[in-house]
Parts: sequence; structure tokens; C-alpha cells
Amino acid sequence: MMTLQLSGYAPSRVGARRAAELRPLVEHFNIEYCAVLDSGQIEEWPRFFTEDCVYRITARENAELDMPVGLVYAEGRPMLHDRAVAISRTQMFAPRTMAHILSAPRIVGEDGQEIWAQCNYVLLQTLVEGPTTLHLAGTYHDRFVRDGDELLLRERQVIHESSVIANDLVYPV
Amino acid sequence: MYKNQEILDYTVGAKNGPADDYAWPADDHLIPDWVYTSQSVYEREMERIFKGRAWNFVALEAEIPNPGDYKRSYVGPVPVVVSRADDGSIHVFENRCAHRGAEFCRSSRGHAKEFVCPYHQWSYDLKGNLQGIPFKRGVNKQGGMPREFRNEEHGLLKLHVTTRHGVVFASYSADVEPLEEYLTPEILKDFDVVFPGKPLKILGYYKNELPCNWKMYHENLKDPYHATLLHSFLVVFGLLVAGNDSAMIADPVHHRHGTMASAKKEDKYAAVSEENKKEMRSFHDGMRLQDDRFLEFVKEFDSPWSVTMQTIWPNLVVQREMNTLGVRQIVPNGPHSMLMTWTMFGYEDDTPEMTRHRLRQGNLMGPAGFLGLEDNEAMKFVQEGVRRSSLDMNVVKLDAGNVGTTTSLISEAAIRGMYQYYREVMGWSSPIAG
Repeated sequence: MMTLQLSGYAPSRVGARRAAELRPLVEHFNIEYCAVLDSGQIEEWPRFFTEDCVYRITARENAELDMPVGLVYAEGRPMLHDRAVAISRTQMFAPRTMAHILSAPRIVGEDGQEIWAQCNYVLLQTLVEGPTTLHLAGTYHDRFVRDGDELLLRERQVIHESSVIANDLVYPV
Repeated sequence: MYKNQEILDYTVGAKNGPADDYAWPADDHLIPDWVYTSQSVYEREMERIFKGRAWNFVALEAEIPNPGDYKRSYVGPVPVVVSRADDGSIHVFENRCAHRGAEFCRSSRGHAKEFVCPYHQWSYDLKGNLQGIPFKRGVNKQGGMPREFRNEEHGLLKLHVTTRHGVVFASYSADVEPLEEYLTPEILKDFDVVFPGKPLKILGYYKNELPCNWKMYHENLKDPYHATLLHSFLVVFGLLVAGNDSAMIADPVHHRHGTMASAKKEDKYAAVSEENKKEMRSFHDGMRLQDDRFLEFVKEFDSPWSVTMQTIWPNLVVQREMNTLGVRQIVPNGPHSMLMTWTMFGYEDDTPEMTRHRLRQGNLMGPAGFLGLEDNEAMKFVQEGVRRSSLDMNVVKLDAGNVGTTTSLISEAAIRGMYQYYREVMGWSSPIAG
């Protein structure tokens, strides 16, 4: 099975017309996904994934070295559920709000029922009496599957450019 | 600088005074705020601790396996390069050209035949010796270096290097004791459990900035009290519960190194007595995971402990949280900030499933880990608290009769032990009366 290419450039494997058909689906998905995260309703977040999903957040440095470690490394929706519940109910951290800014949704390929796509993000964080800071920036590398008229994530690799994280990363990206 | 300090960047003047003006409180169960906040105290620490008689962690050998491999690193706040020469030996030198001071090595890691400063192309060999200077004899017999200029007097500033089982340390001091003696047998024992000498497999890196004083990171891992209270995850799942078999081991010579150790019970979920529950606000009865694979403990070590967190003075943490392994390097960055670089690893002979298990378990640690992020938050709160407030003392009275090693989790004896040593090195060893 092919795996997502997390570094370097490879030309899109779909033509402009097909990409234009698929892009609104992917864009709609990402907008809803980020709306949930930015609203703070973290326990809603796992529903965007398939049961057998892979979710990882890792630095570009690791992606380029082909290192497997993740700031968050989850195999399967139950692990995402556990993280969401832990963050929303048990973890101790200072209150904060997050805002995702998305740009340049890119259709990379189609593989049977799967759509492979990328999207750039900027993640802003605001702490109490703090400035709004650029907390993380980078690219989603995704494998989507169709779920009726909608999509679900089978894999999301969140690659971040930011080489030094400001203290910690509390919420999913 | 931590970005939030763009707005909140104030330190009470009395807490940012000259080191010479400070005296240690008479009661050695108190830690004064100025150890965390004074620029002058910080400068003295860099000279006497990081550049003093200490072994500083700089790299794992697995990161630079072949001749010509190098990586950027730090000793205290000083940027250094760790390189492997053609004869296989490891060298550490300051990342500063001997000519005009340029920090010449800009890549995190790589492979080179030599180091060339990009400014005027002075070149150095893999051991840090000056090799070549362009136009050393001038042009048309004009200009150039004086006749008496000797390349060997203008190499990179080299540090002393030692290794143990694949872990590389460097020191500015020529008379620091051998590493084994420096660590002491009590600390070496658990160090060698993680590093038995078999080849490591690097799994990747994290880096973060913690807006707190570098010593807080040591204190946090010499403070078993917090672990049972702050980290509901540990408590709920029985990774560390008041009453577990546990120990806070301090090196018996100086109390500067430590091992926080605990032994997990067989059950995934801890049984907590009604009496202890009442003491632990973060306890969540009936909290269960949908996928608890990452709490499994594969017994791969010959050790009574399932968890050992080692603080190796002055800049290393060795993490063995069940099966997730890593080293964390502390890079002090002024009194109010530190960088931390994490290198996560397993062993070359791990099966693919064991690697995945380590990666899943890695969710406990790191800047987004269930335990890691809570520690980072708490230490940030402490730094902000001590900088701006009127009170000026920290109270460390738990287990008041002990200093250093203790078997009770409800103890601050290891923190007091560390400060006993710190005061000696820093020149505050005799408390003044009243």
C-alpha cells in the first residue's frame, strides 16, 4: 500500500478538472473540523475520523528524517477519544483559545475510494492576558474516505514547521 | 523569549539583584525566589555549574554513527558542535569561528569532511583544528597573516569529552572526575538499565521552550509529591500512586543527581483507598480508557522499577516511563526561560510492534504528553508567580528530617539535597543567623 509522502515535492496525480470537483468536499470537511476545534468542543473531534484511523503531529525535521515519533501518536479512533476526554475533563492547563487559519487545499491524488489531500494551516493561541501568538504552522497530509456525501479521515499527519514549541501543545490540531 | 513575555515581562527589582548581595535564609527548608529570577545569579550558575566541574550531556552516539557525522548541541547556553572524526573519536567544540566569531554550523545535523566558516572560509577539521585560511600569505606579497601566526593556536575552543554506553558528555573542566565517579554507583545502576550498551534506534525529536528557570526542571523530577497530585493520569491508572513501591534516590555524594522510581502494580488501573482518594482532588473514580494498550508494560528490563526518571546534573533527564524511552537536554536561556531538546529512542533489536508500542506510550511524555504538558504548565505558573509577587520564599518542608534519598513520595528531601550542593558551588554555604 502506498504511504503519504510527508516531505519533498511530488506533482499532483489528478488533473485540474478533477481536483476542482474534489476540492470543495475537502475544504468543507476541513472548515467543519477546525470549527469544532476552535469552538473548544474537543470531545466532538474524534467523529471526523474512521475507526481504524492514524493521527500524528510531528515536526518537519522528523518528517524529513523519516522518524516515526509524534507529539501526538494515535492508532485508531478510541485513542483519539481517550485524548479528547483526558484534555476536556482531567488535564491541568491554563485556559486558552485556539484559532486555525487554513490555506491552499491541495488534491494530491485519488486511490479507489480514497482522496489524498494536503492543506496548510496556521494555528493561533491566546492565553489569558497574553498576546495572540502564532503557535504552530505547517501542513496537513491527509487520506480521506467517503462516508455518504461526506468525508472521514483515515489518516491525518499534522506536520509543523515550528521547530521550538512554546511550552506545550494542549489541543489537537 | 517566551512570546507571552512580550506583554508580561516584569520582575520585582529586589528579586533581580547582584548575586553578591544575597544570603541564603537561615532555615534551609526555604528556597529564596531570587535563585529563579536574578540575572546575576544566573550568570554565576553558568560559570560555576555548567562551565565548572560537571559533565554536560551533548548527544547520543547513535545520532552520529559514522565518521564525518555531526550535530549542533549546547553546553549550558553555549552552542557547540558534536562531531565524529575519521578515527571514530568524538569531539565537542564551541560553534564559534576563531576568527570573527561567526556561529558557523547552522544545520541541526549532517555529514561533513570539514567545517568551513561561511564568512571568510576559515576551515577546521573534524576535531576542531584550524586547517586553512584563504590568502594566508596575502596576494602579490602584500597583506596576509603575520609570519608568526600559528594555526594550532587558533583552533576552535575544544571541550573535554567522555562517553558511556553510547551517551556523550562534555566538560569545560580538565579536572572533573571520571564520569562513573561523577554519576556514583547509585545513579549509574538505573542509567545502565536504559543504556546497557546495546545499539539504540533514534525514533525522533521534540523541542520546546519552557518559560521557567532551568532548575525547576530538576526540582520537578526530584519532587515525587507533585506526581501523585498534579497528574491524574498517573493516579487513575496506577502508574504512580501514593502507596506504590517507589523511591526517590539521590546520589549519596552531592545529592545533585536523582532517580525518581516506582513500580507499577500488575493491574492496569490502580486501587486507591478511600482515605487517599480524599487527599487527591485530581482523582477521577471510574475513569477508563477505550484503548488502554498504551498503558501496557512490557517487562524488558532487569529492574524492580517500571518507571525511572533520572536527573543527571546539570543538564540531562533520562526518561524510562515503562517502555517509552528518551533523553531530554536542558538548555538554560536566561533566568526565565529554558529550551528542552528531546531525543526519543528504542533499541535496534526492537520488533516493529515494540517500536509502535513505544510510540503509543510516548503520548504520556513530550510537549503534548498527558504528563509532560501538565509539568510545563505548572512550572510556567511558578516562574510567573515568583517574578511578580510580594512573597519571596518557597517552602520545602515535607519530610523535614531527611535530606537526599527517601522512600516516601510525600517528601521534598531530594530538592533540599540538591540545594545543599547548589549553595556550596554558588558560595552560599553557611546560612547567616536570623
